[in-house]
This record gives sequence, structure tokens and C-alpha cells, in this order.
Amino acid sequence: MSESMIIAETSKGIVSPVTAELVSAAIALGTNPTVIVPCTDSSIADSAGYDGVAKTIAIKGDCFTNYDASSWASAIDAVMPSGSIVVAATPQSKDLAARIAAKRGLAVVQDVVKIDGKNLTSPVFSGKAMQTVSATGDFVISVRANIFQSASEGTANVSVIDQSGDVATAVQEIMERASARLDVSEANVIISGGRGMGSPDNFSHLERIADVLGAAVGASRAAVDTWDEIPHNMQVGQTGKTVNPNLYIAVGISGAIQHLAGMRSSKYIVAINKDADAPIFSHADYGIVSTWEETLPILEAALSSMMS
Amino acid sequence: MANIVVLVKRVPDTNARIVVNGNQVDLSAVKWVISPYDEFAIENALQHREAHGGSVTALTLGPSDADKVLKDAKAIGVDEIVRVWDDSWGELDSNGVQIALTEAITNLNADVVYCGKNAADTGAGSTGPGIAERLGWASVSNISDVSFDGGVTVTAPADGGSAKISLPTNVVISCDKGSVKVRKPNVKGIMMAKRSQVNVVSASAPSASITFVSHSPPPAKPAGKKYEGASSANEVAKLLRDEANVI
Ligand SMILES: Cc1cc2nc3c(=O)[nH]c(=O)nc-3n(C[C@H](O)[C@H](O)[C@H](O)COP(=O)(O)OP(=O)(O)OC[C@H]3O[C@@H](n4cnc5c(N)ncnc54)[C@H](O)[C@@H]3O)c2cc1C
Repeated sequence: MSESMIIAETSKGIVSPVTAELVSAAIALGTNPTVIVPCTDSSIADSAGYDGVAKTIAIKGDCFTNYDASSWASAIDAVMPSGSIVVAATPQSKDLAARIAAKRGLAVVQDVVKIDGKNLTSPVFSGKAMQTVSATGDFVISVRANIFQSASEGTANVSVIDQSGDVATAVQEIMERASARLDVSEANVIISGGRGMGSPDNFSHLERIADVLGAAVGASRAAVDTWDEIPHNMQVGQTGKTVNPNLYIAVGISGAIQHLAGMRSSKYIVAINKDADAPIFSHADYGIVSTWEETLPILEAALSSMMS
Repeated sequence: MANIVVLVKRVPDTNARIVVNGNQVDLSAVKWVISPYDEFAIENALQHREAHGGSVTALTLGPSDADKVLKDAKAIGVDEIVRVWDDSWGELDSNGVQIALTEAITNLNADVVYCGKNAADTGAGSTGPGIAERLGWASVSNISDVSFDGGVTVTAPADGGSAKISLPTNVVISCDKGSVKVRKPNVKGIMMAKRSQVNVVSASAPSASITFVSHSPPPAKPAGKKYEGASSANEVAKLLRDEANVI
């Protein structure tokens, strides 16, 4: 069996749960996975053990304090065994995947959602079509979240290697997100508002539901472009973030093709819109034709009583 | 004085309907445009030139039908337009594209490269960081803002928020939307672009190890349930818990 190297997804000093999905993807490729954990504190690798994974390698280096593409790629490349490489399709890991692929002269396929032998399928044209390619030899892939089953947790057999790289960029300042709420790119549940919210103040109604569900709050481009209070980092879509949550609730969003580009692969989509003909309804699992003013209070009450 | 290169790609307009015919998309009827993120890259490149002096070269890879997006870039204000292509190439994978572009960038003596965070057709975002690796340069991706006071400082996403990062001279900067307003071509620019010549260069590219198999339409979603009236929110909340199991 050929080998594969899973580069664990990490955030805020822990290995993210999506790493367990990467294990299943690597096994679907017919490979024998090793998990690689880039870190500054190798104890975080202790949680990176999974069924089907014989070995976890913690690569410990100062360069992993902040993300810097070139030093991460060179430190990981210096000590990671050869094989195909599997990462999560997050913005940071896609970037890292491309750098490591180039370093090793491997081709890279991003945003894989289906693996069939060596045939890899990804969405193209903003999800308006799927593209299947066939890979030979070793290659690098990033895998979308919420597609592959999570491998069960197992004991991690960790070896630690000290290796850093030269950091060429200099972080001057980290601006923590003001709110404690998750970013849309990290959340499993997202509630987004569009121009139909009428004013940025009305996003407080979305925030209340987000707090009940532990969700992130997103927005359409029309909302971001119209209201200064709604920052671009909330934007979902073609020129915003591509998200893949379990649940996406679109409120006062018409469902323009560029918005769909960022969220159509969500597992479940709920649409609340007063216009019964809004295109978003053709993509919604559950649609409610009504104003948000009437609907959100009822939804909030129903969800609160369920969650308590 | 900086020798600035900005990568641009010709892609179908994001409003275009994409039809799959047989096992391949049929793009014969779509309108082609500069990939949306590349517009932010062009704007940032032009601002870099205005702040530090130098020139901006727009570079694309493709056959002659890609000339149009180069001329569009020229109309917006870039100085030179270059297309890299070789009729002998077969299918190119990410390796091939990056190796050919890297050779062209090296021959242009570039100091800094801007590109979009991904191309609207593939959505991959591999080209910028891949080229940086091959050039032996730093790279930073998904930047939302850039300032040119002193050196070059960008704002990019970081774990838990965003970071202000100062960059070395030789760097590939891949651009997200951010707060920058892109300038539109003016009449003079459009006239100049019409008369401009695309400089076509060749480069070597290896054959692909990843090859195209097929396109297919996105998986059809079963028709959803649609309710009239706000009170159906109660029913939907129950379905989210009991049918979808997502809350
Ligand atoms: C190159 C390009 C890139 C783009 N990128 C993006 C992107 O990344 N993300 C994105 O979202 N868009 C993007 N767009 C813009 C996109 O085409 C749409 O303009 C945008 O998504 C519309 O946002 P919206 O649905 O909030 O607004 P609208 O289309 O104005 O829809 C508002 C909706 O709210 C409903 N509504 C109004 N009042 C109420 C109420 N009281 N209760 C309930 N419903 C109500 C209306 O029926 C309507 O359906 C892009 C466009 C281009 C050309």
C-alpha cells in the first residue's frame, strides 16, 4: 500500500476535528496514512490518533507560531516522509498544500469532494459543475469538510521532530475578532442576512439565533457593500468565503448565483424570504415564505426551547 | 522602482450558465471576463506602482483568445501585457501551469507578483503560492488590504482574526476582495488598449500527471419543503432536529 501524509488542521493550539475526516479520505485513496502535526507544543499531537493511523509525527518549530507559507512548507518538507499529501480545504491549508506540492514537484487538486480510486472530483465554475480528474503517482489534495466520515479516535503513537524554517514575513499585529462568535469559515452552522434585513442593526436578530445555535453570522455581498457595519469577512459567496456547514440559514437573501457559489454545498439549507419566487428556494431543503420580522422571533423561540 | 507582475486569467462570467454536454462543459456561449479576484490584484498592483514607482506587467497563460483579458487589464492601466503559450503543450496540470508562469516571471525580472486568491473557474488558488515556492519567494494569500507606507504591509486572515504582516521585497501576494475599490477603464485607456500589442512568450512545461476525466452537473438536491407563513418556523425547527439532525 502506498503511503500518505495527512497534515493536521490546527486552530488555537488544538488539532481540529476535521482531521479525522482527512483520515477517511486518505484511506479512500487506498493509502496508509501518517498524521503530521505542525506545532510549537508537541503535546497537542497526543489527541491526533485515529483508527487506521499507525503513526503521528509532531513537527515542532518556532515558525509555526503564526502562519507563514514559505517557512511552514520548508519545515514540513524537510522532515515529512514521501507519499501523497492530504489536507483540509481551508484557505490556509489550501495555500500550504500548493506550496508543498510545488516544493516536491507534485500536482495538486483542491477542494476534493469525492474519491473513487485515483479519480478525484471537485466543484468547478463556483459549484455549477463537477470536475473529475485522474491522478498518477503521488499527488497533493485538499478535502472539503463534512463530506467524509470522521475516523474514530485512537491512541496516538507520536514521535516528535524539532524542525523550523526561516520566516520571511513579519507579523506586526494580530487583530483578534471582536466578537466571541465563530467565523463563517469555521462554523458548522451559519445564519446569514442579506439586503432584505433592511438595516445593519437588524442583524442583531440573526446574532441572537446564532447564540442559541453556536452559529456564525454571515452576509450577502449586497449587505456587505451597502452597510459599512457589515464587514467583508462576513461575506459568503463568489467574492467572499466558500462555506460548507451542516446548516446554512439564509435570511432576506435572494439566492444570486454568486451567493450560491459560496454556500450551495452546505448539507442543509433553510431559506426565509418574503418572495415565494426567490431563487434561493430552489436550493433550500426547508423554505419559509414570510418576512424575517414575523419569522425570526418564532424560530428563535422554537430553537431556544429545543436547545435548553 | 519595482518591477511588478500581476497574473490574470480569462474565465467565464460568474453570471454565466454552465451547461454540461456529454461529459464536458460547453463554454461556447459564455461571456469571458477577467477572473473577479484578479481585478483586486490589478488594483493593488497599480497602487503599488503609484506608491513606489516602477511598472506593472499583466501576465496570462493561454492561447490567443486570452488576449482580450490582457487588453482589458491594459485599459485599466497596466504598462505591459504578456501571454505565455506554446502550441506544443498538451494538457497542463498545476505543475505545468506554475512552471511555465515561473519561467515567464523570471524572464520578466519581476520583483513582486500579485494575483487573485483563486480563479473563478477552478476555485483552486494553487497558482500564487505554487509560483512563490518555485521562485524561492515568500507568499501571503487572501489579503484584504495593503498599504505602501515604508515597505509593503498587508492584512490577511489569521487564526482567530486577522494579522497585519509586513512583507519582504520579493513576494507573491494573492488578493481577496477587501476594502479596495477597483478602478474602471476610461476612454483613453480603452483606446490605448485597442492599439496595444500582446507580447507572446514561450516557456517549457512538463506533461501532466493529473489528467481530465469528465465534467458532470452538480448533484441534484431532492426538492425541498416549502412553507407559507411565519408559524411554519416551528415545524422547520423540529425538522432540523428530527429529520436533518443538524441541531
Ligand atoms: C463578480 C461578482 C461577484 C459577486 N460575489 C458575491 C458574493 O461573494 N456574495 C454574494 O452574496 N453576492 C455576490 N455578488 C452579488 C450577487 O449577484 C447579488 O447581487 C447579491 O448576492 C444579492 O444579495 P442579497 O440577496 O442580499 O440582495 P437582493 O438580491 O436584493 O435580495 C434581497 C432579498 O431579500 C428579500 N426580502 C426583502 N425584505 C424581506 C423581509 N422583510 N423578510 C424576508 N425577506 C425579505 C427579498 O425578497 C430578496 O429576495 C457578486 C456579483 C458579481 C457580479
